[in-house]
Parts: sequence; structure tokens; C-alpha cells
Amino acid sequence: MTPASLLPTLRPKVELLSPGLIERIIEEALTILALQGVLVENEQALVLFREAGQDVDAHRQRVFIKQQLVEQCLRTAPASLTLHDRPGRQSFLVGGDEVHFNPGSAAVTILDPVSNQARKPDTGDLVRFVRLTDSLPHLHFQSTGLVSGDVPEPLADAYRLYIGLLQSTKPVVTGTFRVESFMPMRDLLAAVRGGEKALAERPLAIFDACPSPPLKWSRLTCQSLIDCSRAMIPSELISMGMTGATSPVTLAGTLVQHTAENLSGLVICQLARPGSPVIFGGSPSSFDLRKGTTPMGAVETMMIDLGYTQIGKHLRLPTHAYMALSDAKVNDSQAGLETGMGALLAALAGVNVVSGPGMMNFESCQSLEKLVIDNEICGMAYRLIQGIVHREEPMAAHLFESMPSGMNFLAHPHTRQWYRQEHTFPSLADRETYDAWAAKGKKTMAERAGEEVRRALKEHQPEILPEDKLRELKEIIVRYARSLGMAVLPLDKPTGK
Amino acid sequence: MIKQEFLDKMTAAVANGYPQEAEGLARQAVSQGDDLSTIIERGFVPGIRKAGELWEKGEYFLPELVSSAEAMKAAMTVLRPEMEKTASRSGTRGKIVIGTIEGDIHDIGKNLVTAMLAANGFEVHDLGANVQLQSFLDKALEVGADFIGLSALLTTTMIGQRRFMEMLRAKGLDKKFKVLVGGAPVTVRWAEEIGAAGYAENAVSAAGLCRRLMGERT
Repeated sequence: MTPASLLPTLRPKVELLSPGLIERIIEEALTILALQGVLVENEQALVLFREAGQDVDAHRQRVFIKQQLVEQCLRTAPASLTLHDRPGRQSFLVGGDEVHFNPGSAAVTILDPVSNQARKPDTGDLVRFVRLTDSLPHLHFQSTGLVSGDVPEPLADAYRLYIGLLQSTKPVVTGTFRVESFMPMRDLLAAVRGGEKALAERPLAIFDACPSPPLKWSRLTCQSLIDCSRAMIPSELISMGMTGATSPVTLAGTLVQHTAENLSGLVICQLARPGSPVIFGGSPSSFDLRKGTTPMGAVETMMIDLGYTQIGKHLRLPTHAYMALSDAKVNDSQAGLETGMGALLAALAGVNVVSGPGMMNFESCQSLEKLVIDNEICGMAYRLIQGIVHREEPMAAHLFESMPSGMNFLAHPHTRQWYRQEHTFPSLADRETYDAWAAKGKKTMAERAGEEVRRALKEHQPEILPEDKLRELKEIIVRYARSLGMAVLPLDKPTGK
Repeated sequence: MIKQEFLDKMTAAVANGYPQEAEGLARQAVSQGDDLSTIIERGFVPGIRKAGELWEKGEYFLPELVSSAEAMKAAMTVLRPEMEKTASRSGTRGKIVIGTIEGDIHDIGKNLVTAMLAANGFEVHDLGANVQLQSFLDKALEVGADFIGLSALLTTTMIGQRRFMEMLRAKGLDKKFKVLVGGAPVTVRWAEEIGAAGYAENAVSAAGLCRRLMGERT
């Protein structure tokens, strides 16, 4: 029984595209970039393209990107990046087949567990959301997942990052709503790290940037790419074609557009600063041609996600997808099934950053109850991709030698030796006998989740930032809030709650 | 006397969503000197109405609905100028200035509404996406619009709808135009809260809403 005789574990994997089809999709995307080009509504970016010798139709703001430039940029973009948590203790490789779940970002409503209705979130909700995320072990990153309604619009993006940095040590998936927000947001991150250089060396946050399908980069998203690249902050490219509406109706056709959009974003980042980290991501959807909606829980949406993830991996780039979320309006079985399918598929595909948990109603609503349910789903997904391990040799035969017939494995030392490594024990999924479940009040998953949220929020104490950092962060946000006409942050107001 | 068979062809061209055919039939009607009101009301309008019904029944999906709207638009593009030449009335049900608010580049929903309104005989001035609030007002004053349609797909731009209402009230123009709001995050409650004249769930009901607000029975 030498360790050498143990076989390596197979990493369970799912792939939807043949190598030939991947090549053809990339080829066609490159042709589109060269011949049809992309719309770039940003002067700085247009200058970068011109300096790189690309054809720019200034009148139509259209840029024609040569294949050679795309290839050059693919060579300078790193194949992986490493995020570090706030205290700098833990690091997370974003690359290879690593999978990091994080809550779906920028919900505009929160599901109120009492009324079961979506409502506008406020600062209190945002704080609870971040603290809860901090407590959930299967969510490696946090996200600025709620847009707080009690601060002025222009302050909302920086404010949610501020609260995220105060209330959780986890790395952050975030993004700007306005060009002007980048500076204060970068300053907050740099303050945590102790300077811009330290932030560049040990990234704490990822910034999402969404091109506008088809084939367009707006002033805001373009500027975000340029600003992030110059600060060496990772940009996550979020192409979001809607099949049959803003992208071709065929899944393969949408993948071509998706690839072209993401490659053009990657080029902008690399032109701004060669070597800056870029994540090949997205939030495309199988547009529902009956309802005119963008179902994130549709199986075809997940198929597109898996497809471009494979393309991203083929291009040797870190990947991201909006998966493990649902379009359900309450925590019902649709919520569980769509989230479960997405989480498992994302894990099997090795999507590096998976944004979705907690999200419902077409990426518009966050639910704390769903977040704890989804945490458990993510735990199952992590278990799945650990695969079946060849732990010992022989695997079973030796157990029967010493075992009198009729005996079971319960008391066998072998069981105690392995069961905690081989099996997981959910805290929310019901595994009671019927009678035990009935005796505990016949509670549904959503009800149990509500109890868990209350428990976690009461018991979990996030690690607090050192005094001086707290002061520095507060100075930055207060200065920014004042420049936008808000004298006192809701966080600092005495509340009646 | 216009043959029923000819009218049926128009109805079918629109209901089936064939813009070229609809346009051809409209030209034929013009060259024959047919009564254009009859052509529209008994030929083309039943076609778009049928498409709307099929959509509401769940038989038509958006691609069919939009094709029908395009066919209707193609016919109306031929007929409207002819009607304006001959008749004193404008040949439109009403005028609407529509667009997606500044900061928002999503315009699928707005395009659907535009198509359905045009198909229902409204004169639509589509300003596109990422439109400044002032531009909506300028255009509405210029063309003498009945409606202003503000689309917002993002909550950040939805706020623009409120700002627009405030702007109208500040200028004392809130009675002059009926403001309609739409977009994924928008609700009836929101429309009421900001004092907009109306909200519709989808493009077909938006057309119905405009007709109702113009005092038509639908």
C-alpha cells in the first residue's frame, strides 16, 4: 500500500464545444473585429487604438481591430491572477479550474422575508448582506450586491464598496456606475492596502465592465477598463448578448459575438497597460421571445456560459460567469433548481469566478434567505468537483477480512477514519424522518433559511479594520459624499432600528 | 369598390409579418386611387390587431409580433404621406416622442414599443438610446407631441424619469404632454409615484394605453 500506487483523482468536467468549433468561433470573432469593428464611445480608448495603428472611423466611433493586435494582447494578458483578502492572510488563485462563488452583484431590490415582496434596499440591508456573506464559507468573495436606496444615486457605487470593506474581509467583486466613481473607489481599496502600489501587487477587488451588445463599449465601461488597467485592478468583461434580441438567436452565433466583444475589451485593457489582468466573463442570456425577459435560469443561458468559458480557457484567460442564480420571485422550488443546476455546471466547467448566489428575478433582486440556501448549494458543488478519491489500496477488500459476517460498518474504525472527508452534512436541506420534520414545525427550506439568517447575523462578528484604516476609509467616503451634497452618511445616523 | 380579396391580402401580409408584401399592396392601393381610410381600417389594421391577439394568446412570440409591426409600418410609410396630401386630417392617431434615457443604452424594449405604436398608426419620433432629458422636451415641443415615452432599463436611469417629471412641472409643461414610462425596473406604482400619465407592461399594451389616453375605445 505505497502512496505511489494510488491513482490521481479525476477532476469531473463538462465541455460543450469541440476543439474544432472553438477555433471556428474565435476565427469568426476575429473576422468581425477586423471587418465590422466595434463601436467605442470613449476618446481615450480611440486614441489608444489610433496609436496602436488601428483603423478608426472617427465619425462613427468605430474601430477595426486587426487580428495581429488581438493576438499580441492575448500574449500580454495574464493567464491567472491572485486576489488577496483584506488582511492579506488568504489568497485566491483566479485561473486554471479554480472555482470561486460570490453573490450576484448590484441587485436593485431585496426580497423582504416577512412580506415576501421585493423592496428597495437601504444601508441596513447592505450591512446585513455583507456580514452574512462574510459568514458563509462557500462564498469565497463578497460582492457589492445591493444598491442602497438611501444615498444619492452618484454615491451608490462607492458607498457599497465602503460598506463591503468595513464589514467583511473577503475580496470584492464590484464596479463603477459612473466614470467619476473610480477614483474614490480606488482610493478606498488603496487605503486598505496601504497605497496604490501595494494594491496593484495584491489585488483586493475585481471591477465588472459590461459592453453593450452588439459590439459596443460605452464611455463609462471603456473608462472603467482603462482606469482599472492602469491601476492593475482586474477587469471582468461582462458581455451580455440576449439571444434573438441583441445577439444572434443561435447559441453558437451568440458565442461568436460574445468572443468578439470580450476580445475587444481585452485589447482596450492591454493597450491601456500591457499585462493588466482581465477576466473573460459575461452575463448573456437566452432571451425569452415570448415574454421579452432575460432568464438567467434557462438551460440555454447556462449552455452559452459553459461555451464561452471553454473559449476563455482555450485563450488561456481567467473566466467568469453569472451562474447559480434564478429568475424565481420567491424562495420556491424554481429558485433551488435553477441555482442548483447553475452552480453544479459552473463548478464542473471550472468557471473561476461564479457570480450569482442570492440573486433572483433576472439579476435584479437579492435575498438573504436565498444566499444561505445557495451557500449550501455551492458547498455541494465544491464537493462534487473534488471527485471520487482513490484514498487507499485496497479500497474495500481488507475491511471484509477482519469483519465477522453480519456486522455492519457503523462501528468500524474505517468509517470513523474517512466519513468526514468523504461526506458532507448540510445544515439546511432536510434529512429528517417525516415525523421528526413534522415535530419541528413542518418548516420549508425558505423558513429554515430565515432562521439561519437570523442566527448567523446574531452570532457572526466580522473582523474589524484597524483604527487608522477605519479613519482613512471614512475620510475618503465622507469627502466624496460631501462633494455630492450628502453631509452625513446613513451609516453614521442614529437609527431607530 | 375595393374587393374584399384585396383587403384580405393586406390583412394577411401584416398578420404574417411580410413587410415587402405589405408595402407592395399599399403602393397598389395608392396607384389604383383606392379610398385610403378603408384600405387602412379594413385592410391593414385588422392584420396588426390579429397579430396582437395571437401574441396575447401565446401563439405568436416576439419575432412574429415584431415582423407584423414592421409590415404595418412599411404599409403606413407609403399610405401616410398620401393621406396627408388628400385629406385635411393628419392621418395619425397621435404623436409620440420616445427614447431611452441618458446613461442607458438598452433599447430593445423601447424599439418594440416604437414598432407597435407605429403599427397602430401613431407618429413616432424615436430618439434612440442614451437620450438627454432636455432632448425629449425639445423634440416634443418641436413636433407638438401628445406623448413622451421614457424608457429605462436600469434603476440608475429610472431616476431620470422622476427628474423629467420634475423638470416638466418646474416649467409648467406637465399638463401639455402625457408622459409614459416603461422598462424592466418600472412598475405602475413607480409611474403613479412620479406622476406619469401611464405605464404599460409590454409593447402591445403600450399601444392600447396610448389609444385609450387619446380617448379611443379599445
